[in-house]
Amino acid sequence: MRIVPFIISAVVTTVLIVALNTQLPVNGGKTPRLGYFLSPQKGFWKNAEPVDVSFNGDFKSDQLQGNASVYLDERLVPHVYADNEHDVFFIQGYLHAKFRLWQMDFQTYAAGGRLSEIMGDSANGTNFFKIDQFFRRLGMVYGAENSLKAIEADAETKAVCDAYTQGINAYINSLDESSYPLEYKLLDYKPEPWTNMKSSLFLKYMSWDLAGFEDDFEKTNAKSVFTKEQYNALYPYGRDSLDPINPKGTPFKMAGLNLAPPQQADSLYFNYKATVAPAGEQEKPNKNNGSNNWAVDSSKTKSGKPILCNDPHLGLNLPSLWYEMQITAPGFSAYGASFPGAPSIVIGFNDSCAWGFTNAGRDVRDYYEVKFKDSTMQEYWYNGEWRKAAMRDEIIKIKGKASDTEHIAMTVWGPVMYDMHYPDKLNTHKTYACRWKAHDASNELKTFYKLNYAKNYEDYLAAISTYQCPGQNMIFASKKGDIAIKQQGQFPAKWKGQGDFIMPGDDSTYAWRSYIPDSANLVMHNPTRGFVSSANQMPYDTSYPYYLGTDNYPLYRGFIVNRNLRSMQNITTDDMEQMQTSNYNVFAEIARPVLLKYLDQSNLGDDEKNYLNILKNWNLESNADEKGPTVFNVWWDSLMTTVYNDEFAQTTLPLVWPNESTLVDAILKDSAYLFADDITTTAKETIADDVNAAFKKAVVMLQKTEARSNLEWGKFKASGIRHLLRLPAFSRLNLVSGGGDHIINDYTQFHGPSWRMVVELTDKTNAYGIYPGGQEGNPGSKYYDSFINDWLVGKYYKLLFATKSEMEQQTNLKGKITFSKS
Amino acid sequence: MKFITALLLTALLGFAAPLYFAWWSFAITSLVVALAIHQKPLRAFIAGFLGVFLLWALHAMFLDNANDHLLSGKVALILPLNGSYGLLIFITAFLGGLVSAFAALTGSFARGGIKH
Repeated sequence: MRIVPFIISAVVTTVLIVALNTQLPVNGGKTPRLGYFLSPQKGFWKNAEPVDVSFNGDFKSDQLQGNASVYLDERLVPHVYADNEHDVFFIQGYLHAKFRLWQMDFQTYAAGGRLSEIMGDSANGTNFFKIDQFFRRLGMVYGAENSLKAIEADAETKAVCDAYTQGINAYINSLDESSYPLEYKLLDYKPEPWTNMKSSLFLKYMSWDLAGFEDDFEKTNAKSVFTKEQYNALYPYGRDSLDPINPKGTPFKMAGLNLAPPQQADSLYFNYKATVAPAGEQEKPNKNNGSNNWAVDSSKTKSGKPILCNDPHLGLNLPSLWYEMQITAPGFSAYGASFPGAPSIVIGFNDSCAWGFTNAGRDVRDYYEVKFKDSTMQEYWYNGEWRKAAMRDEIIKIKGKASDTEHIAMTVWGPVMYDMHYPDKLNTHKTYACRWKAHDASNELKTFYKLNYAKNYEDYLAAISTYQCPGQNMIFASKKGDIAIKQQGQFPAKWKGQGDFIMPGDDSTYAWRSYIPDSANLVMHNPTRGFVSSANQMPYDTSYPYYLGTDNYPLYRGFIVNRNLRSMQNITTDDMEQMQTSNYNVFAEIARPVLLKYLDQSNLGDDEKNYLNILKNWNLESNADEKGPTVFNVWWDSLMTTVYNDEFAQTTLPLVWPNESTLVDAILKDSAYLFADDITTTAKETIADDVNAAFKKAVVMLQKTEARSNLEWGKFKASGIRHLLRLPAFSRLNLVSGGGDHIINDYTQFHGPSWRMVVELTDKTNAYGIYPGGQEGNPGSKYYDSFINDWLVGKYYKLLFATKSEMEQQTNLKGKITFSKS
Repeated sequence: MKFITALLLTALLGFAAPLYFAWWSFAITSLVVALAIHQKPLRAFIAGFLGVFLLWALHAMFLDNANDHLLSGKVALILPLNGSYGLLIFITAFLGGLVSAFAALTGSFARGGIKH
């Protein structure tokens, strides 16, 4: 009888298959299903794209309305030519999915608070459930639902989104488990059908990234630690050294709106030094989400035609946020950077004009403290009576566990973000509702869509007029010779100080009373100075009648951009590329003399002299191979700590660290600086004492850095571009590069110029661009990161803005895909 | 001769079945081959192993070469195999072979069981 060995081997076979078909726990994460993952017919090997792959194809669908061709150029940029508008957006969706499906899908999981669904509640030290909770309670889904209604109420944008969604789904439907993008196989889930709601969620994610910054809790805490005088010194409103987007002296019409603070505000709201109570880490968009854009007119260029430049600075990830393409249909042909996840070209140009964006950075997210009658949270106190709250239930599915339901009370202000189930960062155990501009119904897609068709300045103004959030500095230049910039968005008309701190939620007079009229969002059109620009600085000086919020506006990039542009003449696209990649550190130009002035240079040791000389001899270029920027940054950071740490150690709760510009401005203005004294000692320290103490501490750190051979700025900064899952194997780490904070080339560790574009509006458009990524999202493709090395050294690609017949003649195409109605 | 036939059939069907069914469907075909071409258990085991081992190794090598080892190098860091694509190909082939070998062994024992 062989029944026993039969049973044994059958069991072994079954166990083997089951084990290889299960995600096994390892090191706080989970393996893929190894049998599936390793199968050369189904698993990751199928994603190993041949390096000489051809992308020729023929796609037929009864959802298409006509015929179209797509030419993939040498860099795998698609050039789409469709004979109707529906098909061009269908194909855009199809191509976004074909090259970036996992990323698009994953970003909407993040935005919609659904990461736990695919990642489990936590993995490899990241608490995905907490991140999901945060986004749900912030009202991301609520806001996306509202905006979807606005998008679908507009016949044009609805048609565009429907076509785009159809195209994505046409691609998804062509997939099976062997052709899913790699990350699905790694995490073991499947692509779900795309919807217009997913596009809306993606756009809300951008709103969060760009208009989600606030520090109301931290500043409320600051109010309890500092006096009014100290507070205003730490977080000043406006600056002497500011060079605003609309130059100083621009006349403003008086506000016709009531901008007086509520009656009791002095005692109830501007109550410096009151008490609050331990803190947790919170999701925050990066404060460095800045950008540059500028345009110069014909008087300043060699060709006599305007040049427009834009480089949005964002978190740099792989796959990249941007996907480069040209889309052409009757009525328009647009080229530029698109968002995988949304239709249209976002930053780019067409045959008549070019446009771009930088972030406005206005504070449009505030908190109100709300008192509920009891823990059921059904009624809250508002204007002297109990008012009913609606309840919104958000279900968070968790892989391998039971689902969680977040009960979110909805008030007149908005969703209750923090309550006893989800404590705020000051751990007050109170209840706070969030009022955020991104909660409102708005249709930002319409702006991008209409810009794609824009022919002239009037079209530009019309395209941007409906845009609400996230507020942007929208720049424009046309072949007719116009240049313009306008800070566009719907911004609450705030009284001075409104929304800096948490506001009382029982009194309607603390509400945003109205919005700043669009006529007060000034447009600068063909100014005599010959250029317009923005770099996230304050849009206006402090004589602007509406409150702009404190101190979230960087100063120096705007300052150096304007200084450069004022002096430049006969500008060429090469000049603009050099300026866009410039590593000149104007902050160090201002701050280095301060350090050197106060340093006692007698009795220095050898190392001290050495580092001092490096700093003295530095040419102020923060290039990768310079040691000067490392010495400067370490010393300046050390000075910041020396000056402020004693005051800030008065609370264990979160505060907002002052801006570097605040300190340098203060020292330049007044050497007897309010915070120079170390309040933990009996001696009375001066700025000179602080600068010398900071230098001694900096030298110790510099010695350690030098011992690791990391004194060169590029090595010290240790920049990288990380995969969205933070997998080192799919990331490009330890990239040696220059740039940094306050520099036009604002490339910090993981943030930087995410798309550099220079467009000269000559009769035949002369455009250049590059982004730090590659056209394919697949880590198994050679096009995954193919632009990064060129981007690092400041190279640009000539952008092939071509007609269909010009594309037909290209000899180095990577493929041609035809689309037709079946 | 039986050995070679079994090995080739195992490979052929082991390729064909996953075109339509789950990744592990080759286990069924390996078992069926061992049932149809009866060999002693050890020989069936080895033929089953080699059939899928060689199939997967060659297939993975083919895809990997066309890809210039771009992806295998990265996956071999995640798994973690120190970035060695050669080791990754071996492990891939070995796991496929192992499943097939035990399936074939089961087939061989089943046939043996019926005979006696």
